[in-house]
Amino acid sequence: MDITLNWYLYLSAILFTMGVIGFLFRRDVIVMLMSIELMLNAVNITLVALSQAMGNPSGQILVFFVMAVAAAEAAIGLALVIAAFRGKLTIDVTEFNLFKY
Amino acid sequence: MAAQILFFVLATVAIFGAFGMLVSRNPVNSALWLILNLFCVAGIYLTLNATFIAVIQVLVYAGAIMVLFLFVIMLLNLAALPDVRRFEWRKGIAYILSMGLLSMLSFVVTSSLDLLPEPQSLQVSAANGTANTLAKSLFVEFALPFEMIGILLLAATVGAVMLSKRKPV
Repeated sequence: MDITLNWYLYLSAILFTMGVIGFLFRRDVIVMLMSIELMLNAVNITLVALSQAMGNPSGQILVFFVMAVAAAEAAIGLALVIAAFRGKLTIDVTEFNLFKY
Repeated sequence: MAAQILFFVLATVAIFGAFGMLVSRNPVNSALWLILNLFCVAGIYLTLNATFIAVIQVLVYAGAIMVLFLFVIMLLNLAALPDVRRFEWRKGIAYILSMGLLSMLSFVVTSSLDLLPEPQSLQVSAANGTANTLAKSLFVEFALPFEMIGILLLAATVGAVMLSKRKPV
């Protein structure tokens, strides 16, 4: 029994779904940002697996760019969390309803 | 046979780490579980012979991004959020949506079994994941996107400094 491409794709699907669950279920903004990182990681597994299966390094270059975008997103997102925490003194997303009414 | 066992152990621990991130109440515990998950994903890249991406994963994700997360959590001095006992109907919708997503992804992977590419030989994939090959591709074919990602990171750095200044400009 060989390790085939689909096992990596199934693992990626499971990790992506766990990221979606974390993003939808948790109320903690920082854990929501971590769930986004988990989803980006699942997509990276797919890209690397397909890139290695097809013998084309372009997919791994795309993973490199996804990591750079993830770093930028984490920096901006955490700066926004700090700015929002300063006003509300909480990181519960259900408390941030300034634009709701 | 050793490769299969390695893959299954790494995949199981990765899923376990993601699950631990989902269920732990304290954000610090969530971050530590996610670091375990990221290390296992780096090991999975090694089973794919993508050595450069595995090293970058440990350096950038587990090293830089998660240190940033832990730093912010400790800076804000967070406690676990109080538990809400009442039933939230949006959680039911979220559960249905995420299970639908999982079944859709599994259906796509299962139904496209005969469309998947033929796996390359070990030599090809091992040569494909080295820093040498990737650098040739990155600095020749993708030179312009590489410069643009540098500008994006600069803009993100400036934006993060602007946002976290004490008095808004």
